[in-house]
Amino acid sequence: MGSAAPSRGWVRMVCWVLAVAVPVAFLAIFFVWPVVTLFGRGFWADGALDLSGFVEVFSQPRTWRIVGLTLAQGVLGTVLSVLLGVPGAYVLYRCSFRGQKIVRALVTVPFVLPTVVVGVAFRALLNESGPLGWLGWDGTFTAIIAALVFFNYSVVVRTVGGLWEHLDPRAEQAARALGASPARAFWTVTLPALAPAIASAAAVVFLFCATAFGVVLVLGGQRYATIETEIWMQTVQFLDLRTAAVLSVAQLVVVTLALAVASRARSRREHALNLSAATRSTHPLRRGDAVPAVITAVVVGLLLVWPLANLVVKSLRTSSGWGLGNYTALGTTGGRNALTVTVWEAAATSLRTAAVATAIALVVGGLVALVVSRRPRAPRARRAISVMDSVFMLPLGVSAVTVGFGFLITLDKPLGLDIDLRTSGMLVPIAQAVVATPLVVRTVLPVLRAIDPRQREAAATLGARPGRVLATVDWPIAARSLGLAIGFAFAVSLGEFGATSFLARPETATLPIVIFRLIGRPGAENYGMALAASVVLALITATVMLLAERLRGERTGEF
Amino acid sequence: MITTHARRRLPALAATAVAGALVLSLSACSDDTGTSSSPTDDTTLDVVVHDSFSMSDEAKAAFEQESGLTLNLITTGDGGALANKLVLTKDAPLGDVAFGIDNSFASRAVEEGVFTAYTSPALPEDAGDMLIDEDGSLTPIDYGDVCLNIDTGWFAEKGVPAPTTLTDLTTPAYKDLTVVTNPATSTPGLSFLFATIGEFGQDGYLDYWSQLTDNGLKVVEGWEDAYYTDFTGAGGDGSRPIVLSYASSPAFTVTEDGSASTTSALLGTCFRQVEYAGVLANGSNPEGAQEFIDFLLGEQFQAEVPEAMYMYPVNPDVEVPAEWASFAPVPDAPIALDPAEISANRDSWIKAWTASVIG
Repeated sequence: MGSAAPSRGWVRMVCWVLAVAVPVAFLAIFFVWPVVTLFGRGFWADGALDLSGFVEVFSQPRTWRIVGLTLAQGVLGTVLSVLLGVPGAYVLYRCSFRGQKIVRALVTVPFVLPTVVVGVAFRALLNESGPLGWLGWDGTFTAIIAALVFFNYSVVVRTVGGLWEHLDPRAEQAARALGASPARAFWTVTLPALAPAIASAAAVVFLFCATAFGVVLVLGGQRYATIETEIWMQTVQFLDLRTAAVLSVAQLVVVTLALAVASRARSRREHALNLSAATRSTHPLRRGDAVPAVITAVVVGLLLVWPLANLVVKSLRTSSGWGLGNYTALGTTGGRNALTVTVWEAAATSLRTAAVATAIALVVGGLVALVVSRRPRAPRARRAISVMDSVFMLPLGVSAVTVGFGFLITLDKPLGLDIDLRTSGMLVPIAQAVVATPLVVRTVLPVLRAIDPRQREAAATLGARPGRVLATVDWPIAARSLGLAIGFAFAVSLGEFGATSFLARPETATLPIVIFRLIGRPGAENYGMALAASVVLALITATVMLLAERLRGERTGEF
Repeated sequence: MITTHARRRLPALAATAVAGALVLSLSACSDDTGTSSSPTDDTTLDVVVHDSFSMSDEAKAAFEQESGLTLNLITTGDGGALANKLVLTKDAPLGDVAFGIDNSFASRAVEEGVFTAYTSPALPEDAGDMLIDEDGSLTPIDYGDVCLNIDTGWFAEKGVPAPTTLTDLTTPAYKDLTVVTNPATSTPGLSFLFATIGEFGQDGYLDYWSQLTDNGLKVVEGWEDAYYTDFTGAGGDGSRPIVLSYASSPAFTVTEDGSASTTSALLGTCFRQVEYAGVLANGSNPEGAQEFIDFLLGEQFQAEVPEAMYMYPVNPDVEVPAEWASFAPVPDAPIALDPAEISANRDSWIKAWTASVIG
């Protein structure tokens, strides 16, 4: 025993080092290196560091307006998503009613729709001659915010709902029994317990809102330019890498500050929760739930279903009247061979790519969550862990254009491999995984962190070795959130456009790519196909989400 | 003791193994489709194209058979994005040959040394005046005109005479009727900006735009947005009967009996876009690249151009589809600008336009 102890410590060490090294290496190669190299091109001129770009860019009033608009969109989009999403999480995860699973899947659909399609769906409602034209919202800030909530509502609902449905109801019941009003019980017991999940969701939503690209351009136009759209403009249109690098640094600062605020909010509230199986904590909708139920019905009905229904209706309109013509055309390559592959082939590619991307994101994100959920005693280790936590969120906060252009100048035969990664098609699932990983972390981590460390201590005291503690305490609880994580990662990969459009080849185009291509082509049949393909993408997403729910349902049955 | 312990540690190790396996399987699955990406391989030809590029399977097969090369297409975004990516990667190019760079981005890429000069024997004589430089760094393949389009039915119904010139659009009869796209974010929008500069000069174009804005001009970000959402002539949802599109667009709104088109292009408002192909300097297969350019100029591909890419072939002997001949005539005298002037001023024009029109 005496000789085994040091060896055991050694094996344990190796395992943790690997758990840290694998995700860190992944992020370093496929994110940090390309981004830093591109920054280098912007800041390194004639063999010397040149930071004069900062002065130049920030002395323009336009820059400050752009930074202000970015913050305004991020904050407003996040606040509204949270205010509307928390009641939604309650109704969809804490209550039960018929058709609930379908509604849960439905709210996720907007999250993966290509922005160009959402733009068309929204503008069809909002433009001068549309049914909501009288609001005068077309091309306004309000339209952008509405669309941001449309996209991100599900992030709040699912992240908060995922924790809420496992929250032991007895604490709130006890407060009520001691005489607290339902509102008071909610404010003093339930809300603090949900705070980590809300902060987690808010951080992700803020990143999505502050870095939104397509939706800002399509609905608001350049008038509401954000840092993200400006980086795209400076890089893709002007190839002004210096300005782009300055703006990227500004974006990083905004994102890092937001993450720091969120992480503070999280850690202040962080404590172990009593988690229970979902079946015990849900109850049928009752009269007391009227307020959240109405809010949720209005949001889901008006903000989510209407634009989606409008999309479906438009997809059924063909040049020869109403019908399924646009859907039968999905087996073709479009009018005048607009595509290299049929839409169905693209759908198959999408599913394959998303499956690989999800697997990578689960491994990488799962390891990150595992490492970050630990609370070592040494302050330095704690700090390192919190840095790791934030760093893995950065891919959500850095422009896809920056990453894409970074790939172009770094991944030509990287690490001595004799393969040009930039054009091989291999990068597509990897790039999607980089974006999906933070979502996996944010979904699994709150659940892992909510495990009472005393459970682990108790298991250890009873003689369980660390591996066994992991397998019997952490794993069963983490597995509950795995279905959700898979669903999210898969959905993100399915809908990813920015990086994919950089890397996909015509024969390996994914659904969002072919939709974008079809809609950019003249001819009513191509436009109709684009709408039909968008409906198909929405249906695939909803189905995947339903399956993910199922997966989760089975797991929770274990305890 | 140690072994049992290690076994219990399986989750973390298994995860690592899975990650490793994934990377391996990824490289494995890329092998069947991606052997071509090895640049030392001279049996393949990597062709970098803009995202509007299209080529039929028959043409592809014909080229592969003729040349003995396997074609590998790499798509890279619109014409502007393509040009900038080529400049950025000029030392380690993405492929051997590029297609889709247009006259508004050509000069800068040429100046940056992205291309190796090549004059194809297949280049038609008429196309000579489309060349960017005398060395022949770029070979013109096709061209098209960006023009304002109108919904002819709308004007007939309202009894308003259809506009014909750019200046017409600033008059009260056409208030709130026009939608165009943003030059900073869309290629046709950029061409239209050039049209206004060609027509009104560097000193006058911003004045013209401010008159347009005062007359209720709508600016949206993308072509599909303008054409499908705001234009009255495509499905009937929009409210504006004048839209920025292409000279060829009316060929796609032909009535069912084929006797007429519901839209027409205003041929006095056009700016010509020429699309080029070029051999990439530092590419690994320059001979193959030259063969490919010859093929693009050949009859088979040139005949496909209108249907596949909505452009006119540079070879004047190639026949264009019947509905093109009837409804999408080539404008005789499009507004022109010198490519070198465009290259020198493009960014500052866009910035000035943005500051003035968008604010």
